[in-house]
Amino acid sequence: MDKFTTLRGVAAPLPMVNVDTDKIIPKQFLKTIARTGLSKGLFYEMRFDEDGKPKEGFVLDQPAYKNAQILVAGDNFGCGSSREHAPWALLDAGIRCIVSTGFADIFYNNCFKNGILPIVLPKAQVDMLMDDAGRGANAILSIDLKDQVITGPDGGTISFEVDPFRKHCLLNGLDDIGLTLEKADKIDDYEAKQNHSQPWLAG
Amino acid sequence: MSKPRTLFDKIWDTHVVSRQDDGTCLIYIDRHLIHEVTSPQAFEGLRLSGRKVRRPGAALAVADHNVPTSDRSRGIDDEESRIQVETLERNCAEYGIEYYGMDDVRQGIVHIIGPEQGFTLPGMTIVCGDSHTSTHGAFGALAFGIGTSEVEHVLATQTLIQKPAKNMRITVEGQAHAGVTAKDLVLAIIAKLGTAGGTGHVVEYAGEAIQALSMEGRMTVCNMSIEAGARAGLIAPDETTFDYVQGRPMAPKAGQWETALAYWKTLPSDPGATYDTEVTLNAADIEPQVTWGTSPEDVAPISGHVPNPANVSDEGKRDAMRRSLDYMGLSAGMAVQDIKIDTVFIGSCTNGRIEDLRQVAALAKGRQVAPGVHAMIVPGSGLVKNQAEEEGLDKIFKAAGFDWREPGCSMCLAMNADKLAPGERCASTSNRNFEGRQGRGGRTHLVSPGMATAAAFAGRLADVRDLG
Repeated sequence: MDKFTTLRGVAAPLPMVNVDTDKIIPKQFLKTIARTGLSKGLFYEMRFDEDGKPKEGFVLDQPAYKNAQILVAGDNFGCGSSREHAPWALLDAGIRCIVSTGFADIFYNNCFKNGILPIVLPKAQVDMLMDDAGRGANAILSIDLKDQVITGPDGGTISFEVDPFRKHCLLNGLDDIGLTLEKADKIDDYEAKQNHSQPWLAG
Repeated sequence: MSKPRTLFDKIWDTHVVSRQDDGTCLIYIDRHLIHEVTSPQAFEGLRLSGRKVRRPGAALAVADHNVPTSDRSRGIDDEESRIQVETLERNCAEYGIEYYGMDDVRQGIVHIIGPEQGFTLPGMTIVCGDSHTSTHGAFGALAFGIGTSEVEHVLATQTLIQKPAKNMRITVEGQAHAGVTAKDLVLAIIAKLGTAGGTGHVVEYAGEAIQALSMEGRMTVCNMSIEAGARAGLIAPDETTFDYVQGRPMAPKAGQWETALAYWKTLPSDPGATYDTEVTLNAADIEPQVTWGTSPEDVAPISGHVPNPANVSDEGKRDAMRRSLDYMGLSAGMAVQDIKIDTVFIGSCTNGRIEDLRQVAALAKGRQVAPGVHAMIVPGSGLVKNQAEEEGLDKIFKAAGFDWREPGCSMCLAMNADKLAPGERCASTSNRNFEGRQGRGGRTHLVSPGMATAAAFAGRLADVRDLG
C-alpha cells in the first residue's frame, strides 16, 4: 500500500447523498480477478450511455477535474455492497482522499486498506469545501495527514479527526497482515483456549 | 457484580485476541464464508506474499453471484463469470477449503447455505466479503461484511483489526397483523432509521414481534441491517434458534451439544445492559411495505402514495428524491397501488428460503400471473429447491405461470444473465433498490414474498391482504 503523508491536488465536488457502491462501480466490472484497471468502471452509468458512449457533464470528465485527487462528496458516501472494487476504482482514477459528512462503515474501512484517506467533517465545513471544489481547476486543497489539517485555496484551514492507528498505518504504508502476523503467538494462545472452552468450534 | 453487558459486548469480549492502548483490538474470527466475486484478489495476495491460509477448516466457499439460474448442463456461457467461478474452485483446492460447486446440491447463496449446514452458530464471529453477512446475526452470532483486503487478512491470520461498535437496540413491540412479515418489519425499521441511521452500530433486534419470528424471518430482518447502515444485526438466541440448529450437518453433535447449548444460553443481553441508541416501533402500526425510490429508506405502506419532494426541507434529500422519482418514472402523489409492474423476482439471501416459497405457493393456488408479467422464483439453495419440489410447490408455481429456476443470487444484483431491461419495473423480494442494481435502467420496488406474489397476479403493486 502506498503511503499517505501530504496531498496537494484538485478537489472535485459530488454533492449527491447516499452514493452507493453499485453507483461507484456497477456489477459488470466485478467479474475481474485483478484489482487494477478498474477506473474504466468508475461511476460508469453516470459517465457512459447504454451503448458505452461517453456522456457529457460528469464532474470527473470535465477538463478542470480530469486530474482531481480529492472528492468532496454528499452524506453517506459508499453505502451498500462491501465491494472493495469501489476504492480500487477510485484509486485507479487517481483519487486519494474523500471528504464527506459521513461514510458507510465497510467502504470507510476499505479506503484505509488502499491508501485512500476518508475524512469526516461537520456539514458546514463540507459545504464550504464543496464551494471551494466548485471553483474548477482552482479548487486546490492541501491535506496534511500528520498534522490533520486541510488547507483551502484561500489559505483557510480545517482540522480533522482520524483514528490514531489507522493514521499510523497510512503514514507508513503498513501492511496490516504483516503487523498481525507479528502477534501469531497470541493467536495460537487464543485458539488453544477456545479449543478448550468451545470445543465444538474446533476443526 | 460486573457491569451488565449486551449480547454484542459478550461476543466481542470473548473474541478479543489482543487490545492496543488506543482501544483497537485484534478479534478472532470463527467462521469465514467465501464466494467468487470478492475472493480472487485475496488469494492472489496470499500467493504473492507467500502466506498460507491459517485455518482452512474454518472457511466454506460457494459460487453464487455469477451462476446461471437456467439449465446448467452447459456450464457458464459468460467467459468472465466462468473464469471467476473456476478461479474460486482452483483456489479452494489449492488451499484445502471446502467448496460447493454448481453441481453440488448444497450449492446456493452463501448466506442461505451457512445456516442450512449448521456452519452458522450462536456466539460466533462470522465474516464474508459480502455486506449481507449480517444475515447470520439472526442466530446471535456477530456477523459482518468485509472488503477483499480483510478477506485476505482473515485467510492469513483468522483475525481482524477492529474497534468495538456502538450498541443499538431496536424493539418492535406487540404483534404484527396478518399479511405483515419480517420483510415489512425491517423495511419499516429502515424507513424510521434512515439508510445511514445505523452507521457505527451493531443493532440488536428485540421485542415481541421479533421474538415471534421464525429463524427464517429473523434472517430476513438481520439481512437488511446493512441497508440501515449498521455493521451487523443481532437477535438473542432462544429455543427457536436451538431447535433450528440442532441436527444440522455442521452443528455440534451429541456430547458437545449440551455444552454448546449451556454456553449459548448465557449470550442474551443482561437485564440492565445499556445501549448507545434505542429505537422503538409498534408492530400494529406496520402495514405491508413497498419502496418507491432508489434507496432502501424510500418506503411507503401499500395503502400510501408516492411522496412529494416539495414537502422535504433538507436540500440534499429533496434533490435525491427528485432524482429517484425521475429514475423510477413516478410522479409525486400517485397511489402506490397504481404502479404497474413488468417483472417479479422472488429469491435472494433476504427472501429465498423455504418459508418464503411456501408463502408464495399458499397464495398461488388457483391464480394466474397477469398477462405480460414475467415472474421468476429463484430458490436460495439446491436444498431449498429440493425441499420445495418434495412439497410439490414447483408444480403450483408452474401452474400459476411462475418461472421456477436454479439457485443463486440471480436478479438481486444481476451479475448473471438475469437482469432487468432499461425502464423495466420489478416487484422484488431482494434487498437493494439502487439505480441499476437489477440491470441498467431497471426499476426496483422492494417487497415481501407475499406482496411480490400479489403484484404478479395484479400486474401492479397490490395489497397481499386483498388476496384473502
